[in-house]
Amino acid sequence: MDFISIVSIFVLACFVGYYVVWSVTPALHTPLMSVTNAISSVIVVGALIASAASGSAGSKWLGLVAVALASVNIFGGFAVTQRMLSMYKKRERTDG
Amino acid sequence: MGEAALAQPAWVLLAYLIAGVCFILALRGLSSPESSRRGNRIGMIGMGIAVATTLVTHVPTVTGIVTGSSLFGRAELYRIVSQLNVTTLVEILIAIVIGGGIGLITARKIQMTAMPQLVAAFHSLVGMAAVLVGAAAYLNPSAFGIADSAGHILQISRIEMGLGVAIGAITFSGSVIAFLKLNGNMSGKPIILPLRHVINLGTLAAILILIAYFTRNEAPAIFFPIMGLSFAIGFLLIIPIGGADMPVVISMLNSYSGWAAAAMGFTLHNSAMIITGALVGSSGAILSYIMCRAMNRSFISVISGGFGGEAVSSGASAAIDRPYKRGSAEDAAFLMKQADQVIIVPGYGMAVSQAQHALKEMADKLKAEGVRVKYAIHPVAGRMPGHMNVLLAEANVPYDEVFELDDINSEFAQTDVAFVIGANDVTNPAARTDKSSPIYGMPVLDVEKARTVLFVKRSMGGVGYAGVDNELFYRDNTMMLLSDAKKMVEEIVKALG
Repeated sequence: MDFISIVSIFVLACFVGYYVVWSVTPALHTPLMSVTNAISSVIVVGALIASAASGSAGSKWLGLVAVALASVNIFGGFAVTQRMLSMYKKRERTDG
Repeated sequence: MGEAALAQPAWVLLAYLIAGVCFILALRGLSSPESSRRGNRIGMIGMGIAVATTLVTHVPTVTGIVTGSSLFGRAELYRIVSQLNVTTLVEILIAIVIGGGIGLITARKIQMTAMPQLVAAFHSLVGMAAVLVGAAAYLNPSAFGIADSAGHILQISRIEMGLGVAIGAITFSGSVIAFLKLNGNMSGKPIILPLRHVINLGTLAAILILIAYFTRNEAPAIFFPIMGLSFAIGFLLIIPIGGADMPVVISMLNSYSGWAAAAMGFTLHNSAMIITGALVGSSGAILSYIMCRAMNRSFISVISGGFGGEAVSSGASAAIDRPYKRGSAEDAAFLMKQADQVIIVPGYGMAVSQAQHALKEMADKLKAEGVRVKYAIHPVAGRMPGHMNVLLAEANVPYDEVFELDDINSEFAQTDVAFVIGANDVTNPAARTDKSSPIYGMPVLDVEKARTVLFVKRSMGGVGYAGVDNELFYRDNTMMLLSDAKKMVEEIVKALG
């Protein structure tokens, strides 16, 4: 991908983010933070590339540590979000 | 060379794009609690796609040559055998299992009241991961496809990498400080260094100059100082910010962690990372904006810090002598039983004393008496956006009984009892009336318009995080319930029979 198409993706994604986040209900702002935490750990992609590459032992080790840190976030972030979301319940309808 | 290494097959580009779209859908799901759980699962799928794609394309294959001979022994056949490099894969899996295990255990054990600390801790990990990936790319640029034929890092990549490492380092050290403050390991009081604005701006300028110079000279002597100074500035930026401003800080760090991921996405030409970074970056920025607006503060005044550190200057001694009405749990129970409608206003104090479960019990008893019970949440109640909503949800309070400031504020005038528990500044009428008050102009819940205000507070001495006295305590229609929040609510439950 050339630089300009990357910038295009970035700018458009900022707009998507703007509109999507404004539509998030304030009651779910805490899960929003924990799930954004989880997804920003997609940085694990970079960490995996470094861990899998040969040529620099230092780079490889930094990559492996980054994989572990990002994994804490990915698993922890999604799990805690799921745990929170499962607590949000509607009022039970009582008949009569 | 560099360009060639960047040319990824179309399916790979597509897979990362799909991962990015999954993340958009994950956030989109949060527009309502019903769709949110599915959204979260889509997010997990997206992450799975991104990780799998990277593993498939990057885990190297070991190439060996097997020699054999044909049936007639005339010519030797060379067969090239490729197989997965198992060692690398195992190393990566070990890293994932260690990290993932820690993450899952933490997610299961963490108390909901501790969510702000947990989120701060998670932010710091994203920041650190960004720094490590940046450093790894610096040490082995050809693996990331950002080296030119001479092995030098491409000019544009140096800027992206420098920015990514800087933002990541700021996110890391800033989040560590935010964690320590939220977790109580460090005082919530702002720590004010002399000349801090000069120091901070000077450090920021130095970082930017170094990044600019990094494009001309890729020596470690340039790269590592960028990292070091960024760690320092993250630390310096957060220490002067007081406890009351933590909702803004934590949102801001959320935003930074996104921009760090985006900058790394630019370095790696990876659309999943860029899309996610932009999403998370805007998410954090919008939350910061919502929090600032809810406190009527400008973003600049929040990040320059110092708020809430000064003791009450005037009227502190007068405040203690002013007459107020004090009530008992029985009085409160009697008043609420008679009411048509009770609005509960929870704040951070409720979280501290873990009163949410007792509160739910109280609400159930009142409902059994035919009282309508609603909850009113101020956007900055608690230590992070939406904190109160999660705590109430944990106590099984249905989310359709919980209302935001704008939706419920007009109802206080027709309400018999406003039950304020652990909130203070967000109910202070001075925000509307007293121009000299530090919180003047902040939108507040108009609790004093209710016929009676029951105000649960530990003692009359303390002031809210903004360090201002609350006029509400001394009004004729206010009854102070001086006790620990949880204990008081439990006593009311008992009195309700």
